Formats: sequence, structure tokens, C-alpha cells
Amino acid sequence: MTSDVRRRFLRRQDRATHREVVTPEGIPLSFVIAGAGDRIVAFLLDMLIITGVVLGFVLLATAAGDDRTGHSWTGAVAILTLFILRNFYFTIFELRWQGRTPGKRSRRLRVIDARGGMLRADAVIVRNLVRDLEVFLPAQVLANPRALWPGAPGWATLLALLWMLVFALMPLWNRDRQRIGDLIAGTLVVEAPSARLLEDLSSAQPTTLSPSPPAGATPAAATPAAAVAAALATPTYSFTREQLSVYGIYELQVLEDVLRKEGPDAEQAVEVVCEKIRKKIGWTGGAVRPRRFLHEFYAAQRARLEHQLLFGKRKQSKED
Amino acid sequence: MALSLKSYEFRRERERAWSDLEALVATVEKGGISALAAADLSRLPGLYRGALSSLSVARAVSLDRALIEYLESLTGRAYFVVYGTKRHTREALREFFARRLPRAVRGLRWALALSLALLLAGGVTAYVITRAEPERFYTFVGSDYAQDRGPAASTEHLRAGLYDGDELTAEELSVFATQLLSHNAGIGILCFALGFVVGIPVFILIFQNGLVLGAFAALYQQRGLGWDFWGWVLPHGVTELGAIVLCGAAGLTLARALIFPGRHTRVANLARTGRDAGVVVLGAVLMFFVAGMIEGIFRQRVTSIIARYTLVGLSVVGWGWYFGFVGRRGDANASAEAVGTGGRP
Repeated sequence: MTSDVRRRFLRRQDRATHREVVTPEGIPLSFVIAGAGDRIVAFLLDMLIITGVVLGFVLLATAAGDDRTGHSWTGAVAILTLFILRNFYFTIFELRWQGRTPGKRSRRLRVIDARGGMLRADAVIVRNLVRDLEVFLPAQVLANPRALWPGAPGWATLLALLWMLVFALMPLWNRDRQRIGDLIAGTLVVEAPSARLLEDLSSAQPTTLSPSPPAGATPAAATPAAAVAAALATPTYSFTREQLSVYGIYELQVLEDVLRKEGPDAEQAVEVVCEKIRKKIGWTGGAVRPRRFLHEFYAAQRARLEHQLLFGKRKQSKED
Repeated sequence: MALSLKSYEFRRERERAWSDLEALVATVEKGGISALAAADLSRLPGLYRGALSSLSVARAVSLDRALIEYLESLTGRAYFVVYGTKRHTREALREFFARRLPRAVRGLRWALALSLALLLAGGVTAYVITRAEPERFYTFVGSDYAQDRGPAASTEHLRAGLYDGDELTAEELSVFATQLLSHNAGIGILCFALGFVVGIPVFILIFQNGLVLGAFAALYQQRGLGWDFWGWVLPHGVTELGAIVLCGAAGLTLARALIFPGRHTRVANLARTGRDAGVVVLGAVLMFFVAGMIEGIFRQRVTSIIARYTLVGLSVVGWGWYFGFVGRRGDANASAEAVGTGGRP
């Protein structure tokens, strides 16, 4: 039972999709590994851009070639552009945009150093040189299996095809979704995090569903800050030490989730949880207003657990 | 029970610095690092370290998960800004050509020797066999690659092939040169990338290149055109074969990192050697570019054998000096520096 709770707790803390990277300052940061779908979409977007540019050049070259004898400098420029685009499009963007290409940027992805150091130019160059082997070669072979090895017997072509499929699908087979280029360069593709700073629940005044303030508790507050101060100053409910030592950190954070919940069934959840907690801690103070009660219980519980934390006791869950 | 928690006080005191950092990071994410004013730029590292330290304190004392998640995401974003690649292109280019590339090549010494030996072995094998039995030429050289050059062709025809090209216009030559570049460099990059497949394809590719060269050498030698042949091949051949050998060496070190990982894990080892090898391949692509220019334009225009051999000499000395001596000063410092900034936890 204990291990089950722990496992659930750990799963939310660092799931398999997270990867911890230690910054040069020595502090571990955890990033979400970019999903296969996002990466594919980003790649397709980049390929779309490349194809667009190439097509534009071809059109330009044929238009410019018309009025002369057919061969022209534009031919050379087109070949050179194609070469540079095919081999260096990703490198140039990732160098200039700190590990992002237009496609990655649209999916909010980033390339980082797997060991947490600075993303170095050589790493970017290497991870994109190998792309040739992983993407363009298999694509060519799929389009025309004979081109790679003219006159090869059927089984050899099939074998080569399988082999290249293994390469192309490599990211699906390792935990960090690294393709071969990432492995060789020592890089990771992660999601760029985004989070707002939410209000601290231990101080926030429960605003929703508090039609009548408890007698004399909250004077009509002019500003939210004043309301917070008022709520801090006048707790309605008080809890004994025994009541606060029932739950642990895991339950506290579940409670946080419940209180932050929004939507039609949020209030119902609050009532259910409130009822459960009252029963569990043996609440004797009579009827309560659920949201207010939970807020104050949360604040008191967190104060208690953080206090214990300072003395080196970490109560992970109610089984601890 | 007092409701004002220590962790809440902690947060209130620092909130302002965090939102400052968030604003700076948002600016950079939109418009790049150059969008920051000088004053903001100098505040960035301090704010970043402040947020990091807040994060590690918060992890120890606060149970407000929203706060910790916010700090993790904020420091993560700031980390991208502070530790993303950031140097100016010009400075990076100078560093690359003056130090990084020649050093990386010197670091591959043994792989280079092996790669060169493979090429020579291929060449000698094909040469000896073709000298003894001219018909074997077609074993080594595909018929579409040989075109009409072969044991059946007349000596006059072969000689003409070495000195023609005058009829092409400048535009056609430039197309030819860029085609050569993208074809050869493509093979070079492939050669490197195949190193990941424990190197066997690299062996084959290099050896095969040697075979083709050897077979042609034997053919022309038989007709008494040896001197002319090398004058035709080597002006671009020194650069091009050099690039092939470099790509091969890069592929071989990758293979070595995989097969004999030594003290490190295979993946860590691959990442360590992979970067140096990639630098070498990039250098090789530039060499292919030079070779393409020489082959596509110089060789078609200049038929004087003395001029051709002068260029051979120049390129041997030039590449030898570049890879052998440029950036040698401070080699020891650089390796110490690399350890220091490697970002190893």
C-alpha cells in the first residue's frame, strides 16, 4: 500500500518523460522531453519551408534560363542553394536561434546539451550532419530502392531498407527520444517550459462561493492584498496538532490541486474532499463552509509540514 | 496558529526579482539576445543565479507546488537564454578556422593514418591487379563511371580526355563545379554518418575509392600517360582525397568510440568524440568545395602540365601546414579549458 502511494507520488514528480539536467551552477533542473508527435510536426514544417525555397529557386532558374541559351549561373546557384539547405538549414537556424528552427519554435521545442552545459556550436553541427543518414538517405531509398546499390538482389535491398528504418525510428526506442544525431552530439530536444506564477493558496482569499463573510471576519476589503491580510489575521477554524499530523506532503499537494481546480464540478469536488477530511481528522467543530475550511486546513497543514521540514523530517504521505 | 508561513514570506521577498527575470527572458525569446539593453544584459546572469538559488531553497523549505513548478520553468527558460549558443558569428568562424578545426584534425592522428592506409591499400591492390590483367579494370570501375575510358579505348582518346574541357562555357563550368561539390560532399557526410554503424561501411567506401583510383592509374600507366594522368587527377585530388580521408577518419573514430568505450559509457563516449569528428567533417565539406572549384574550373581551363603540378605542390604544402601547424600554440591550454567549461556535472 505504502509503495503504491509512493509510486504515484514519484510518478507525478518525475515521470518517464522528464529528464534531469544539472546546470553548471550545480542545480538540477528537470525538463520535459519533447514528444515524438511534436518533433515530427516541427520537422515537417521545416521541410515544408525548405521545399518551398527550393521550388522558388527552380522556378527562378527556369525563368532566368529562358532568355539565354538554357545554361546560366542560376543553375549553379540553385545547386549550391539546394546543397546548403539540405545540409545546413537546421544548423544555421539552431546556431542563430539558440537551439531552435522555425519548426521547433512553432512547437515550442528546444535543443539543449544533455549534460547541462552550454549548447556548443559543434554539437549543433554534428547533430544535423547525421540527419542526412537518418532522414534523407532512407527517404531516397524508399523512393527508389535501386539507386543506393544498383543491381542489388532483392533481399539485400530489403535488408538495407530495414536497417535504415531502424535508424529513422531510433527516437522511439530510447527513453530520452534521442535520434542518432542527438546521441553523437550529446544533445536533447525538450519542451520549452511555460508556467505562470499562481497565487499562494496559503494566503489567497477564497473568492469563489463566499456569499456571506463569517461574522466579523472580513471587513469589506478595498484591495486583494488587504483581503489577504485580513484572511491571514483572522482564521475561522483552528486545528489541533493531532489533526494536522494525519496527512503528509502527497495529500497536501493533492489538496492543492483540488483547490486550484476550475470548472463546473470544482465545487462538488471541494465538498466531497472536505467531507472526507473532516471525517479522517475527527473534526468536532460542527458544520463548516467547505472552501473556506479547506483553505484554512491547507494553510495550517502546510505550516505544520514545512515546520517539520526545517527540522529535517519529511513526511511524504499519510503512510509515512 | 499563525497563517503567515515562512515559505510565503520567502516568496514575497523575491517575487519582484523573479518577475524581472521573466520579463527579460520573454524579451530575449521574442527578439533574440540583441533585443536586450546593455543594462538589462548585465543584470541577466545575476537574476538567473538568484532564481536558481531561490529554486534550491524553495525545494528545501516550501511545499507550495505551484511555486516550485513556476521557479523550475522560469529557471529553465532563463537557462536556455544564458546557456544557449550565443557567440557572434564572426568570432565563432575565426575560432573555428584558426583553432578548432586544425586541432580536431590533429586529434584524429591515428584514425587519419588508418584511413589513409585503407585508401592506399585500395589503390595499390587495384593497380597491381589491373597492370597484370587489364580486363580487370571493369571489376573496379563501374561502366557508367568509366564512360568511354577503359582498356578498349585508344591511347589518343585517353590523352584527349586529360586535356579537353576547353569547349565548355564559364556558366557550364560553374554548374559542373557545384554538382561535383554537392555529390562529393554528400559522400563525405555519409561516410562520417556511417561511422555510427561501427565503421564497416566507412572501410568499404574508402577502400573502394582507392580501388577506382588505382585502376585508372594502371590504365593510363600502361599507355605511357602516367605523368599526364597524375597531373590531371592530383590538382583537385590532393584536396578531395584529403577530404575523403578526413571523413573516413571521423567515421572511424565514431566506430572506435562505440566498439571500445573505455572508461565511459558508449553513449557518453559517442557524444565526446562525435563533436570533434563533426568539426572535422565540416572542414572536409569546405575542402570538397575547394576541390570542386579546382576540378570544375581550373582543370578544364589550365592544360599546362607545369601549372598543374605547381598547384599539386601548393595544395600539399598548404593543407599540410594548415592541419599540422595552425593553432598549435596553446594546444595544452585549450584542453585544460575544454575540461573546465565542459559543463560536466
